[in-house]
Amino acid sequence: MAAVLETVGLVKRFGGITAASDVSLQVEKGARHALIGPNGAGKTTVINLLTGMLRPTAGHILLDGKDITGVEPHERVHLGIARTFQINQLFADLNPIEAISLVVSERMGAGRQWWRLVGKKREIIDDIVGLIEQFHLADVMYDRTAILPYGKQRLLEIALAIACRPRVLLLDEPAAGVPEAERHEILATIEALPKDVTVLLIEHDMDIVFSFADRISVMVNGGLFVEGKPEEVARDPRVKAVYLGEAVDV
Amino acid sequence: MSQPLTEDIGGYVAGRARWHPLEIAFWIAALASIFLLPNKHLILTEIAVLALFALSLDLILGYSGIISLGHAAFFGFGGYVAGLLAKHEIVTEPVLALLVSGFAALVLGFVTSFLVLRGSDLTRLMVTLGVALVLREIANQIDWLTGGADGLQGIVMAPVLGLFPFDIAGHVAYVYCLIVLFAMFLLARRIVNSPFGLSLRSVKGNPLRASAVGISVNGRLVAIYTVAAGYAGIAGALLTQTTQFVSLDVFSLERSADVLLALVIGGTGYLYGGIVGSILFKLMQDYIANLTPQYWQFWIGLVLVIIVLVGRERMANWSAPLRALLARLGPRAAHGVRTARPSPAARPSAADGP
Repeated sequence: MAAVLETVGLVKRFGGITAASDVSLQVEKGARHALIGPNGAGKTTVINLLTGMLRPTAGHILLDGKDITGVEPHERVHLGIARTFQINQLFADLNPIEAISLVVSERMGAGRQWWRLVGKKREIIDDIVGLIEQFHLADVMYDRTAILPYGKQRLLEIALAIACRPRVLLLDEPAAGVPEAERHEILATIEALPKDVTVLLIEHDMDIVFSFADRISVMVNGGLFVEGKPEEVARDPRVKAVYLGEAVDV
Repeated sequence: MSQPLTEDIGGYVAGRARWHPLEIAFWIAALASIFLLPNKHLILTEIAVLALFALSLDLILGYSGIISLGHAAFFGFGGYVAGLLAKHEIVTEPVLALLVSGFAALVLGFVTSFLVLRGSDLTRLMVTLGVALVLREIANQIDWLTGGADGLQGIVMAPVLGLFPFDIAGHVAYVYCLIVLFAMFLLARRIVNSPFGLSLRSVKGNPLRASAVGISVNGRLVAIYTVAAGYAGIAGALLTQTTQFVSLDVFSLERSADVLLALVIGGTGYLYGGIVGSILFKLMQDYIANLTPQYWQFWIGLVLVIIVLVGRERMANWSAPLRALLARLGPRAAHGVRTARPSPAARPSAADGP
């Protein structure tokens, strides 16, 4: 299997702190890849580097073998990389219809068009309807995002990423803060994604990770620590040690 | 895919740009003012010019969150271009000269837009203020062209479209300004209801997320800043054409502040704020100046302080309850019922930690 997304010796330093050190990660096409590790291990930094929100101190990022290290964040979206945020990043003043139609219009290349009214194209409407249904947002679709319940906001957060129709989806703790009852909705929608969409998931909930992932990378202190199939990682004594908080010799 | 939902969403999206009955009433009233208030045309012309200027500021402040204290830079530039075109008989027909002046300001807007891309509100305030000061001083120094501190004199305007000469009572001037305002308003309405306009609101609301869904934040800001500069240039050109005079005062800080004040009084982000605010501002100025010719600035200052104390957002949003009521009464046409304050949950937070 070919790697769709690959990092080569990625380093990110914030002043004296090294948030990511020599991260060489390969995410295969169609993979359900989980990135786990203790708090502060550098998982979100990796996502920020992959999406271009942060510039690496050293190293390269390859998409389909092409170097995209210098590509602007919004251009990476058009190349097929989309992400969700650990802390919701939504448009408070827009309602779900407007927010989703914004993203769909943008993907269809209509975002620069000022002479046309929003949603005159049939395929845009169909796409919006599909996403509103898939993410159970129909009952709140006229309400401003700011007043939506947290669970709905979380669904919208993911819906906006899916609306980009990514080839590679980066999910930063999608279930964080979501009550148990609504968690299943979110997981079900992620699992319902087409198989050719590659997913890189950051998650702390091990039940989710092990039920979802077919490949797991463990990060500790900014570096990749262990990588392998779920059962291998589960058995690895070093991983257990990290998660139980014991010191290990690396 | 359920059919009723498709119809609901399709109808809602299409209905966002529908004309609200109040909007139609507003423009009919504006039209009626031509016939019903013939002896008020001079102040109405001033209001229309300020309204267009405020509409321009609304495009960048209300729709994309760029705050400017130097928007007079473009207003003044358009004003001087219009004056020079007429004085030297380069373009004599006013409508054509208006377009040329607007285009000149648009180019200036594009060039200076890159200065407002970076930084916070404070940086933007200072940068825009600085640009206006620089232009004012340039206009002051090149007095062989601009007339310097004396202003540009000897402007004689040709008849509009070669048919309607400007008259001393200002009837033609008012009708001309009102038509230009309406045409520019229609264009602005189209822009803010387009996918581009929606993307502006996303850039204003959360630039981090906007870029994460594929929107070029800087590209959009450059585009709208450029367009708004063109709008301001046309407003400035209208002032020159209707008064047949232009002086350094068009670049003044006071002018930038007045337009900001008018817009804030009327409310940002729904296009009518600038127009309503300009009406209130000019009438208030006129009324107070009649009461106390010497001290009118005292009252304007007091109003300014009250606005700031009450809070820009609450003030800018004074019409929200009214709009909410309209939304409930009318069809789903009132798309913009929104408070200006984002909730903590959806507010853009600092980039996620390492």
